[in-house]
Amino acid sequence: MAPHERKTRLSDLALLGVVLALTALGGCRSQKQRTVNLVGSTSVQPFAELLAQEYQSRHPELNVEVQGGGSTAGIQALENGIAEIGMSSRSLTEAEKAKGLVPIAIARDGLAIVVHPSNGVTGLSRQQIQSIFSGLITNWRQVGGSDMPIRPITREEGSGTREEFIKRVMGKVRVSRGALVQESNGAVKELVRGDPGAIGYMSLGLVGGELKVLAVDGVEPSVEGIAQGKYPLAREFLFVRHGELSSDAQAFVDFVLSDDAQHLLESEGLVRTK
Amino acid sequence: MRISPANTQRIMVVALWTLAAMTVFTLLFILGYVLYHGLPHVTWSFLTESPRRMGKEGGIFPMIVGTAMVAGLAVLIAGPIGVATAIYLTEYTREGKITAIIRFGADCLAGIPSIIFGLFGFVFFVITLGMGLSVMAGALTLAIMVLPTIIRTSEEAIRAVPRSFSDVSMGLGATRWQTVTRVVLRSASPGIVTGIVLSIGRCISETAALMLTAGSALRMPHSALDSCRTLALHFYTLMREGISPAHAWATASVLIVVILLINLVAYWLMRRFVARTV
Amino acid sequence: MKISQDRVIGWVLLAVAFSALSSLALITTFIFKEGVPIILKQGVGNFLFSNDWYPGEGKFGILAMIVGSLFVTLGAMFIGAIFGFGCAIVLTQFCPRRLVSIIKPAIELLAGIPSVVYGSIGVVILVPFIRDYLGGPGLSVLAASIVLGIMVLPTVTSISVDALQAVPRAYREGSIALGATQWQTTWMVVLKAARSGLVAAFILGMGRAVGETMAVIMVAGNTLEIPLGLTSPVRTLTSNIALEMGYASGAHRQALFATGVVLFVIIMVLNTIALAVSHSKAAGGRR
Repeated sequence: MAPHERKTRLSDLALLGVVLALTALGGCRSQKQRTVNLVGSTSVQPFAELLAQEYQSRHPELNVEVQGGGSTAGIQALENGIAEIGMSSRSLTEAEKAKGLVPIAIARDGLAIVVHPSNGVTGLSRQQIQSIFSGLITNWRQVGGSDMPIRPITREEGSGTREEFIKRVMGKVRVSRGALVQESNGAVKELVRGDPGAIGYMSLGLVGGELKVLAVDGVEPSVEGIAQGKYPLAREFLFVRHGELSSDAQAFVDFVLSDDAQHLLESEGLVRTK
Repeated sequence: MRISPANTQRIMVVALWTLAAMTVFTLLFILGYVLYHGLPHVTWSFLTESPRRMGKEGGIFPMIVGTAMVAGLAVLIAGPIGVATAIYLTEYTREGKITAIIRFGADCLAGIPSIIFGLFGFVFFVITLGMGLSVMAGALTLAIMVLPTIIRTSEEAIRAVPRSFSDVSMGLGATRWQTVTRVVLRSASPGIVTGIVLSIGRCISETAALMLTAGSALRMPHSALDSCRTLALHFYTLMREGISPAHAWATASVLIVVILLINLVAYWLMRRFVARTV
Repeated sequence: MKISQDRVIGWVLLAVAFSALSSLALITTFIFKEGVPIILKQGVGNFLFSNDWYPGEGKFGILAMIVGSLFVTLGAMFIGAIFGFGCAIVLTQFCPRRLVSIIKPAIELLAGIPSVVYGSIGVVILVPFIRDYLGGPGLSVLAASIVLGIMVLPTVTSISVDALQAVPRAYREGSIALGATQWQTTWMVVLKAARSGLVAAFILGMGRAVGETMAVIMVAGNTLEIPLGLTSPVRTLTSNIALEMGYASGAHRQALFATGVVLFVIIMVLNTIALAVSHSKAAGGRR
């Protein structure tokens, strides 16, 4: 009795193994669908994902694969040939352009300076923001708010959002070591939502309704402000190509720049390219 | 003011039981929290649909497939290697320098943190071997990670098989290999399977190593060379990017239920195993 | 004929058996190959004992992360050891059998819960609690220590249980027969006899705490400052790697691998101590 039982169990196990192996191998052999790979900025990713889905509902024969990792990772993936299109939330450096990388602007976005809804401050100058993030100003009282320590939240080294922020606000001044570091727009948002003393920066398109967005240098980060070029912390979301695109990738890029897609991005809180 | 031994005994018993109770309570709290926030959102369509809008809508089917592929492949690779190692250590050699070195290797490997495995998998499998961020790269990385567990549990299981079994088999003229495969492994199989099942659990809950090796593509992996996003990483992304806490906790519930089942299976196997060998 | 077949199989198995060791060698080689050059370029002292981590300016000093990992690990072990040893003592000394079969699987299950789940629960429950009642941003050494403490508890418990169970029954019975209470027996006889096993459990738990990544990123705050107190935010070696790896290139990536090298060395030292301690126990037993 007992040996019988064992035998069945062993053979079941063997069967399971074989099935798994076949699935894996079968997977390897199944002919690959035509795929366009996008890798890069986590700020651009949600929008690219949306565009990919919309595109696929119209052209089911093409597989558009979107991955995060960050702007710089996307550019590397482009150079290594892992990705065909890179996504970046910062502009390309001269060195990157010299390597033959070409930016394609797909939309404009603002860097929103966000604080807790209970915060009495409604706007800051770029100078003030710089002093807050470098640790010179440490209390909300110093910028017209209530007596409460300021807790700046920054993004991790290498993030495109951080690089744009550094370029437009910090300049050569270092971000204070005491600033909290979070690795995504969402994490910054969550933290600011829960902490009355917090201040952070994130993609305007992803802010939603729960945070207070500050005016910068007196300009509200509205769609008009960005479109007219008045808001000082506006930036472009880029697709990046290295050499010529395949016809599939080109078709996708054409779709992204089309009126329909631009309209879609607008409804998600971004500003169209032109 | 010396406390009498009898009182110390009382105090310590209460204190220790409090610690144990708090531990069990922590577990129940975590399980309860996840299931309470997640289970209501787990529907059939959540399990069988692809995610839409980054996972804000739709389901988690590609992640379930991706997780199964990564964990399945990892164990398929590590299982035979681990069991073979255990057979060698227990049946084919005497304790000596070689076994000490092999055990040292396995013990050290067991202590390495998953982020280091991730770094290694990233340079070795993803870049040097050119696999890209893929199911295969992730599975190979995890295979190395769970190898020590499989070696150790298999070794214990084989050692627990009474010596007399193999002595009788050898005495009847069977070769060592016949003895091992037909007598020893058969008796040890529940113990070995327990180790493998627990390894699957470890693969399923891993995040750091897979983030750097398997990638985070939302789409269904069509082959072992496609990138995939596992359930644990999907949960992390949904949670961290603040995309949808409801879907995040629903994903976590699925993960927790699977892990509960895996632990139950392992526990049940282990009890059968212990019952038989004793 | 038969003998030679067995011998061939033996050789094949030996070759396979070396795969764990060769994986270890491969991992060591690759991590060191990627990481060591930049340490040498920066200077060992500069890399380890400078607090300037400015990858954009080519400055890589990981002092804050080393101190951060140390603080968080110590905090985690404080909690993990008290609870882990406590549970192990209860399970082996005071617990009726039927309850053991409930508590033990529960603790094992705790080990199976994904670290991202621990991190998330830490973020939604622990962090706001610390922020509201203890001050600071909430993301802190304390939050990380508590979360990690719970995570290492199963490791500490299961190894301690093995160690405590290995103590011969006769020790216990002898002590009880001499009129000692159960606790006196546990404290003066059983724990003393199992000491080396408990030390090994503590050190292996420490290894887990140093190496944990995802949960720490979520609750620690990841600042570059050396933490000054329990409510200060902190960055550990592991979170430094995982936070920035996605983006890094060139020297920055090498510096992250170098962070990995430091982590690797710390873990290896801990492992070796744990192995040595448990071996000396085995030797002591034979004597």
